[in-house]
Amino acid sequence: MKALTVVKGVVAPMDRSNVDTDMIIPKQFLKSIKRSGFGPNLFDELRYLDEGQPGMDNSTRPLNPDFALNQPRYQGASILLSRANFGCGSSREHAPWALEDFGFRVVIASSFADIFYNNCFKNGVLPIVVEETQIDRWFQQMAALEGFSLTVDLPNQKIIEDGGQEVDFDVDEFRKHCLVNGLDDIGLTLQDADKIKEYELQRAQIHPWVFGQIK
Amino acid sequence: MAQTLYDKLWDAHVVSQREDGTALIYIDRQLLHEVTSPQAFEGLRLAGRKPWRLDTNIATPDHNVPTTKTERDSGIDGISDQISKIQVKTLDENCQDFGVREFDMNDVNQGIVHVMGPEQGATLPGMTIVCGDSHTSTHGAMGALAFGIGTSEVEHVLATQCLIQRKMKNMRIRVDGDVNPSVTAKDIVLYIIGKIGTAGGTGYAIEFAGSAIAALSMEGRMTVCNMAIEAGARAGMVAVDQTTIDYFKGRPFAPKGEQWEAASAYWASLVSDADAVFDKEIELNAADIEPQVTWGTSPEMVLGVNACVPDPEDATDPVQKAGIQRALQYMGLSAGQNIKDIQLDRVFIGSCTNSRIEDLRAAAEVAKGKTVAKTLKQALVVPGSGLVKKQAEAEGLDKIFIEAGFEWREPGCSMCLAMNADKLGQGEHCASTSNRNFEGRQGFGGRTHLVSPAMAAAAAIAGHFVDIGQ
Repeated sequence: MKALTVVKGVVAPMDRSNVDTDMIIPKQFLKSIKRSGFGPNLFDELRYLDEGQPGMDNSTRPLNPDFALNQPRYQGASILLSRANFGCGSSREHAPWALEDFGFRVVIASSFADIFYNNCFKNGVLPIVVEETQIDRWFQQMAALEGFSLTVDLPNQKIIEDGGQEVDFDVDEFRKHCLVNGLDDIGLTLQDADKIKEYELQRAQIHPWVFGQIK
Repeated sequence: MAQTLYDKLWDAHVVSQREDGTALIYIDRQLLHEVTSPQAFEGLRLAGRKPWRLDTNIATPDHNVPTTKTERDSGIDGISDQISKIQVKTLDENCQDFGVREFDMNDVNQGIVHVMGPEQGATLPGMTIVCGDSHTSTHGAMGALAFGIGTSEVEHVLATQCLIQRKMKNMRIRVDGDVNPSVTAKDIVLYIIGKIGTAGGTGYAIEFAGSAIAALSMEGRMTVCNMAIEAGARAGMVAVDQTTIDYFKGRPFAPKGEQWEAASAYWASLVSDADAVFDKEIELNAADIEPQVTWGTSPEMVLGVNACVPDPEDATDPVQKAGIQRALQYMGLSAGQNIKDIQLDRVFIGSCTNSRIEDLRAAAEVAKGKTVAKTLKQALVVPGSGLVKKQAEAEGLDKIFIEAGFEWREPGCSMCLAMNADKLGQGEHCASTSNRNFEGRQGFGGRTHLVSPAMAAAAAIAGHFVDIGQ
């Protein structure tokens, strides 16, 4: 996993609540057996005017000029700003894969759906919960200023505006540790292999039916 | 100390508690399907890892299998969508390579993972159950801790049989009293989502309780828990009672003999203690619930069938107002329009929410002796598994549907998410027994209205929604 420490970048808007995972990456792209290459189809139904299919040459498709990510001012954005319940819907990890592949390393919203939130940390994407009033302020500043950018400092858990104002944010210690160091948590869990085996031995004594039924 | 059902399930699976508040949790069962598993198996391969245990995983393809008999009869090679074919084939190959038990596409036991699991007794009370699918919450209906995970966690469970989790908060939603005869489990859960919103359960494990929930069959409880995720909760659950225990007796992977006695005695303890404290409690009156229909593009945009589509001008919050406006525009509806006047193009009866035998019986009862409206382009019935299909055919339900003008299909996820050929055309309205009405969910530009199987069947006959209570 790509490590994430400090991200300074242009902020792009997704000004609505309940941005669902079908919107982030429509189902037809889930047929891929790879975990890369989803970026060109991020927000496919909003971004293009036609119906996207896997294998299409996206560079020749008609773009929706009204969609923020198609506008010159948001090119190269690495931070996405949205509203409540971002990432609701399915468990598809293709959603953070698509965001990361597109170039987003940070998503700021007033709340996130649990599964999506969790999936982000496994893929080098940092979801940050910020109060709705602050989000409103940033949406206003972004509209007023082309190239509006923010600096996200994960080790110090701060979002820093260009003017120097800071907004603190919370993040789980373990998730932060994995993200800052780009760690694969399977390796970390396997360090506890003895504890897992011990648990299984005890459990097999009291709930034997949980073991050996499926062959 | 008094414990909730969730507390009990959690405590029974803690391998190690960590100082930062997270815990290593043991996973008893993982369900695998073709869409969210290939990258997990590939991850194992790249790291040179093997599954920690084989007897805990069970796989079946469901999301993009075709549902027409002609395509299915030719096996995997008959799948006309080449990309889908590769994905279904990859599941077969991965299961063979790693030794994972699989019900392949044309096995009679194949089905939607969340229909197949309970039906086989592969998912049982007291278990921790995961799957790379958010509707894994379904299995909580049997008094289990079941939740959806992403592909990285699928790989994590394959490799370690564990997950690193932080305990969720406890919420209990009680629905007490008797529902009207036309009100089903689907209406109950849609009503709940309408009340608490799609983020109402975020961060919580929800226990559904109260006399109206206890009165539901296992199938009905699965419908309710299935949509816990649409209320924002990764896990929904219902306490174990005699209905639960009776359901599992004799199922293929359920314990037998002495183990059955021990297991069912343990399962009976899987209820919240009388004095258990919940972080949040919600109480609803069953008698207030009408047959529900969603009008918008989020499951919380739901109303009783006799209501009118809301007016954005009535919303006080600007974000909410914009949300209603956008939804009305996408859905092609006008403020104040009667829900019963929405004209339908297609009807879909199926999905992990409503494709079990009881759902098909309810729909067939409505459809019996009637004819699908001429204005409809298609009315699909897609059973949730090969065994549900077989049972329905033994009861003659297939004939009722076919005679009424419905198409009777092979099992799979089908039009719920339209990864196969079953989808809506642009602008088409569909009465669907599935779980999500997001933009484009059932096809590019498609307009979904979530309803119960009985409502879907009645709407297919009438060509629009009807008050099935009348």
